Amino acid sequence: MIKVDLHKKLDTPEGSMSLNISFELQKGDFVTLFGPSGAGKTSCLRMLSGLMRPDAGLIDWEGKKWFDSRSNVFLKPQLRQVGFVFQDYALFPNLTVKENLSFALQKGQGKEMVDDLIETMELGELQNRKPDTLSGGQQQRVALARAIVQRPKLLLLDEPLSALDTKMRIRLQDYLKELHKRFELTIILVSHDVSEILKLSNKVLVLENGKIQKSGSPKEVFTVNQVRSKFQFTGEVLEIQREEVVFVVTLLIGTNIVKIIAQESEIQGLNPGDKVLVASKAFNPVLQKIQS
Amino acid sequence: MMEWQPLILTFKLALITTMILLVIGIPIAYWLAFSKSKFKPVLETLISMPLVLPPTVLGFYLLVAFSPSNSFGGWLNEALGLKLIFTFEGLVLASIVYSLPFMVQPLQSGLSSLPIHFKEAAYVMGKSRFQTLWSVLLPNIKPSLLTGLVLSFAHTIGEFGVVLMIGGNISGSTRTASIAIYDEVEALNYDTANTYSLILFIITFVILLVVYLFNGGYFKKMGT
Repeated sequence: MIKVDLHKKLDTPEGSMSLNISFELQKGDFVTLFGPSGAGKTSCLRMLSGLMRPDAGLIDWEGKKWFDSRSNVFLKPQLRQVGFVFQDYALFPNLTVKENLSFALQKGQGKEMVDDLIETMELGELQNRKPDTLSGGQQQRVALARAIVQRPKLLLLDEPLSALDTKMRIRLQDYLKELHKRFELTIILVSHDVSEILKLSNKVLVLENGKIQKSGSPKEVFTVNQVRSKFQFTGEVLEIQREEVVFVVTLLIGTNIVKIIAQESEIQGLNPGDKVLVASKAFNPVLQKIQS
Repeated sequence: MMEWQPLILTFKLALITTMILLVIGIPIAYWLAFSKSKFKPVLETLISMPLVLPPTVLGFYLLVAFSPSNSFGGWLNEALGLKLIFTFEGLVLASIVYSLPFMVQPLQSGLSSLPIHFKEAAYVMGKSRFQTLWSVLLPNIKPSLLTGLVLSFAHTIGEFGVVLMIGGNISGSTRTASIAIYDEVEALNYDTANTYSLILFIITFVILLVVYLFNGGYFKKMGT
């Protein structure tokens, strides 16, 4: 059991904000931090890794105190065994891909882990190249592999997939899923993408204004009013068009673009960019095999 | 008659000063780049003072401080056996103070322009501050290191006022090239003065040119 209780006063461009977060998680959990920018998601990751010191609170990792303001315990980031993938990846430009990975090895750790990860993440052809010569998706794979070399107890991912195109994103989600399973990692991911969250995580914390507003499984959190239905997806509104008496709403569901007829009452307050739930109760969808 | 002694002495002084400056400049620049201490502006100002003060002012205070007749200079002389007035050791020490900003400022701006995530990524991988500085930060500020080294070297070659105040003009020990030129001009030996000057001019020109070519990436372009 991992207990987290963090309190910190933050200075943001919009003024000062107080961050008060507490949650618990189990070893092996894949947790997503979800919320608008400026809600304190990155600060939360920085405090968990030891890069930022909370004003008060507790971080208890299965009985070991990483931080406890009452007994004045603060474990340095070097001693926490945490993997961190930064938004800008932070690959070292002076080292090749393989050297970047090897740099993360701990004292006495064998080199097999580096070779294993180079193979798993399909970095073989890139291993002797410098990070500047790689594409965004490739850099991302290197950063993810590098964070796992030291077999972290906790892996923190700060919106690492947000800068990638959909195809690359899905590929990296698959890698992430595989790594989570193989190395029995406990992961905290910052993400804005509902489909990604549904695919990867088993727990969501919704952070707003420095507080956890909602938490639970992704389905509980993102399913409004607990609709009971046979057929439901979450998607993003791309466009709303008026056609005679009805409206045609264009949605992005996963990687597919879908058009849906809607009544005027349904599109009230709906704007492009909004996340929506698409569900059908009365009809049974037709299922047909297209490929085996 | 031109002698090689002042030129050799000048380059020896510049080389020793630059090496010592590199060793002490890196920790100072590191502290200035990352510290949030209230005293930082004070230290920054002190280090930059030689940029604006007349070298004679610096030389004068060093002369007073190191003089065996005053308590600090006397202590140096008695406890450590160090004589810093009119000696080569004194010149080295004065040059270090005089050229300090030329080493510290490029390193400081190089370090603070690196993304903060470099340092943090290394820390979460369990690396100490020293390991991080040595393996991650310094290799990524090579142009700044080169600029610091060369500017300190060139600036030490060019110093005059400080050397004159604290070193005097002792052949083979404190008579550097710039002092020798002044001497020859005083004695109306313009030809000799010209020879010294021309040698200094050419050497410093070449050194600076190499830095600009390197930092401008011209060597890389030639290689590809």
